[in-house]
Amino acid sequence: MAKVLVVDDEPNIVLSLEFLMQQAGFEVVTAEDGESALSRVQEGAPDLVLLDISLPGISGFDVLERLRGDTTHARLPIIMLTAHGREVEREKGLALGADDYVTKPFSTQALVEKVKSLLSEVS
Amino acid sequence: MRSEVVVLSVAFGYLALLFLIAAWGDRRAEQGRSLIGSPNVYALSIAVYCTAWTFYGSVGRAAQFGPSFLLIYLGPTLAMLMAPFLIRKMVRIASAQRITSIADFISARYGKSSSLGALVALIALIGITPYIALQLKAITVTHAVLVNYPDAGDLRLANEPFWLDKSFWVALVLAVFIILFGTRHLDASERHEGMVAAIAFESLVKLVAFLSVGIFTVFVLFQGPGDLFARVAATPALASRLGLDAVPGGTTGWVGMLVLALLAFFSLPRQFQVLVVENVDERHMARASWLFPLYLLAINLFVIPIAMAGLLLMGDADPDRFVLTLPLSASLEGLPLLVFIGGLSAATSMVIVETIALSTMVSNQLIMPLLLRTRRLHRSASGELAGWLLGIRRVAIVLILLMGYLYHALVGDAYSLVTIGLVSFAAACQFAPAMLLGMYWRGAHRRGATLGLIAGTLVWAWTLLIPGFAQSGWLDDAFLELGPFGIDWLRPYALFGLEDWDIYTHSLLWSLSANLGLLVGVSLFSRQSPLEQTQAALFTEALHPNLLETSLWHGQTTRGELRSLLDRYLGTGTTARVFADIEPRERDAEQPATPAQIARAEQALSGALGNASARVLINSVVRGEALDLESILSILDTTSETLEINRRLEQKSSELAQASEELRAANERLRELDRLKDEFVAMVSHELRTPLTSIRAFAEILRDSSDLPDEKRVHFLDVVVKESQRLSRLIEEILDLARLESGRLTLNPQHLDLVALARHSIDAVHHMQADRGVTLEVAIELEKAPVVGDPDRLEQVIINLLDNAGKFASGDDAKVRLSLLPHKRHYQLMVEDNGPGIGEEERERVFEKFHQIQDPEQAPDKRHGRPRGSGLGLPISRGIVAHLGGRLWAEKAPNLGGACLIMELPEAPPDTAEPG
Repeated sequence: MAKVLVVDDEPNIVLSLEFLMQQAGFEVVTAEDGESALSRVQEGAPDLVLLDISLPGISGFDVLERLRGDTTHARLPIIMLTAHGREVEREKGLALGADDYVTKPFSTQALVEKVKSLLSEVS
Repeated sequence: MRSEVVVLSVAFGYLALLFLIAAWGDRRAEQGRSLIGSPNVYALSIAVYCTAWTFYGSVGRAAQFGPSFLLIYLGPTLAMLMAPFLIRKMVRIASAQRITSIADFISARYGKSSSLGALVALIALIGITPYIALQLKAITVTHAVLVNYPDAGDLRLANEPFWLDKSFWVALVLAVFIILFGTRHLDASERHEGMVAAIAFESLVKLVAFLSVGIFTVFVLFQGPGDLFARVAATPALASRLGLDAVPGGTTGWVGMLVLALLAFFSLPRQFQVLVVENVDERHMARASWLFPLYLLAINLFVIPIAMAGLLLMGDADPDRFVLTLPLSASLEGLPLLVFIGGLSAATSMVIVETIALSTMVSNQLIMPLLLRTRRLHRSASGELAGWLLGIRRVAIVLILLMGYLYHALVGDAYSLVTIGLVSFAAACQFAPAMLLGMYWRGAHRRGATLGLIAGTLVWAWTLLIPGFAQSGWLDDAFLELGPFGIDWLRPYALFGLEDWDIYTHSLLWSLSANLGLLVGVSLFSRQSPLEQTQAALFTEALHPNLLETSLWHGQTTRGELRSLLDRYLGTGTTARVFADIEPRERDAEQPATPAQIARAEQALSGALGNASARVLINSVVRGEALDLESILSILDTTSETLEINRRLEQKSSELAQASEELRAANERLRELDRLKDEFVAMVSHELRTPLTSIRAFAEILRDSSDLPDEKRVHFLDVVVKESQRLSRLIEEILDLARLESGRLTLNPQHLDLVALARHSIDAVHHMQADRGVTLEVAIELEKAPVVGDPDRLEQVIINLLDNAGKFASGDDAKVRLSLLPHKRHYQLMVEDNGPGIGEEERERVFEKFHQIQDPEQAPDKRHGRPRGSGLGLPISRGIVAHLGGRLWAEKAPNLGGACLIMELPEAPPDTAEPG
């Protein structure tokens, strides 16, 4: 069973993502800030990360940058989530190596589809 | 015999005419078309110098002492020659410092000393009362002569009850007139234009009346001056009596009288009033410096002829009445009435101006400084004090006139008209050393001026005032001849053995010597305070160009504090005028006041309350070293012209640099505003999207998963509801913020009790804090804390503060403490927590929109579960508090060590503080 790491500082958003991913048949781990997101990746080796950009402390961009800088996670699928709808941020996220970029509020079906297709690509 | 009715109706008709002129003058002034903007009017108003004493007494004095009366007019003539530099300097100083009276002038010069101002006011009151009495006496006596002629009439007024005494009623009628025209404006440095117009008119009337008598005497009673002089020459006793030898005291008498008149011309309160306070344009000085002496010449032209004619035709009896009795003796009807009106003009003009000047001194130098010491005054409502001040002046006017009446009734009979006048002159002269020396010698010291004034006045009282009382039978007059307790050298008229001098010259010599000696002597050995040093420099260098443009203040205060100070003392109307160029938006209340604004506020207060009280009030709100003394003194010391030009060039170039700097800053600020706006929109969109995300996600989950267990379903629906609420709250806050920033927030200010409101707010958050495990400590010892505010909004603020504190209170014994304390006419509500606190550099930033408090020391796991705010609560709270005239800021918590937010609101005015 594929494992998905959900990173967001809003408990209710985490709750909804957790439910959606579990419903789609994935195992879920969660983190509410950048620091713990990094340690979850180290200890749990998830197959995909849903990563919010505005996190307290280390931002989502920083987490992305560090994971991509580490060869073991260079190919780990990462979907960025953001409440900022700005084009610049999307560019930045993609340039830093994110696999996809989802703007809040999102369509749950589309998000689940994206996760599924990314995971199948990898496997 | 003229009928009483005719005389009274003419007199009241004349007063009514004056009233109309004064009203007209005031109306024109309000319309901005001043009636008195002419050098002729200025010169005529100075002729208030010629009182009933001139009008009737000159002839009397000439009949007794020959040409010595002329000295009383030569003095002012000499003084007016000095007008272009001396009086011009006084006018400059007075307008720069908003001087209201001679007492204010002297107090301001010597470091705005309120005690010195009070001393001058007191001396003026004692010294001038006899002079006012003299005018009342002149009116009643001439009225009696006019009605009873040829009977002498019984004038032992003290034997009658006061309600039968006409001078009592004259005093009351004048009091009403003066109250109507002298206390229309609070600002005593503002001109009394109507009054000045009426005074100038009166000067014309008395001149015309006197000239008419003169012409009548010389050309009707006699066949021209040749005839009159020939008749006098034929009577050798008369001829010598009118010659130079008749001057009392010989040569020293001449000099003494000249100096007396010269000094009194500057220092009589009414002369200071018309010469300096009422001056509208210093260019008027040029014409007045010859027109006024010409007026004096004209009014004295016929004094000797009338005196001669009187002595020839009426004999020695009552020469003070010749002006009236000569036309009466010819059985004329109209001329005696004209003379009476002329005398009435002379007397009323003096009483009006003198009383206004004295009442201003009494209110500003005597009463106000005392009131300022009582705390109750600080709590009064806006504008209330302005009413008080006018009330004090009005009461003072009545009391001054009643004092004049009493003096007249009790002492008045002992002295002739001239004698009373000269006693007052000698008292006023005591102000001259402190005033004149203070304008030219920077070293003159407050202590020297005070001691000099006291000594001079004591000598004056001993050598003139007390003997006067003695001669009216109030004291045993043996000491006049023998000295007190037989001490020969203390005899009042021959102090230190100086025998056979004219009593005025004698008194003047000793009193001025003591006065001047102490002023100079003590000043040489005293060090001035910085304020006195500055004032001394400003006075002595008053004609120095550009000096007064310098901003003198550099202390710290806010515009709001200045504004509320002025509100209380001057009323809102005046305050608005003083700060006309400052935008009325409440946000400005938090802004620091500029030095120019502080200076303007002090000037406005000075104009109404006098320098010394204004200084006390300004000091009560300005923090820090208030005056930039060094820069003033350094400007004053660079007298060299090149330095001056250099300074101006530098000023110009720095002005240019400043202008371009301002442009650059404005541009920068616009860009910054644009950036902030973008950022704000992005923040708002981010904050709105967050709850929306949860709502949409769970709504879709609920839609797509029909087989959800009930328990989950309810949980998810609950989330949707909660997040919807959060969304609406957020929208509400954003709208509040928008309203605050555009100034459209509607507040409903009312009197309320902050204690009750705080307790109410505590009840509202109590359970929430308890759920979080936070202990709420309440420290309110006040019974009541009356403030003005919107109860709902203030409660919103207090709940927000408590809620914030609850979020940050930490540890197992999480604590929040609310306290409420009075502080300098404000109340401070303080909410502390025992959390990590707010770093120094963050304390202002927490009031920025969407600012989330960062807390690097807090371990990440602990942060979990901490509810995040929108970051709008504090900026909104600060906006609300500022709207209500208060302040909100963050500090380190004094008791719990964490963060502390303090809300400060001004205390509500006491009279309406009861919550209704």
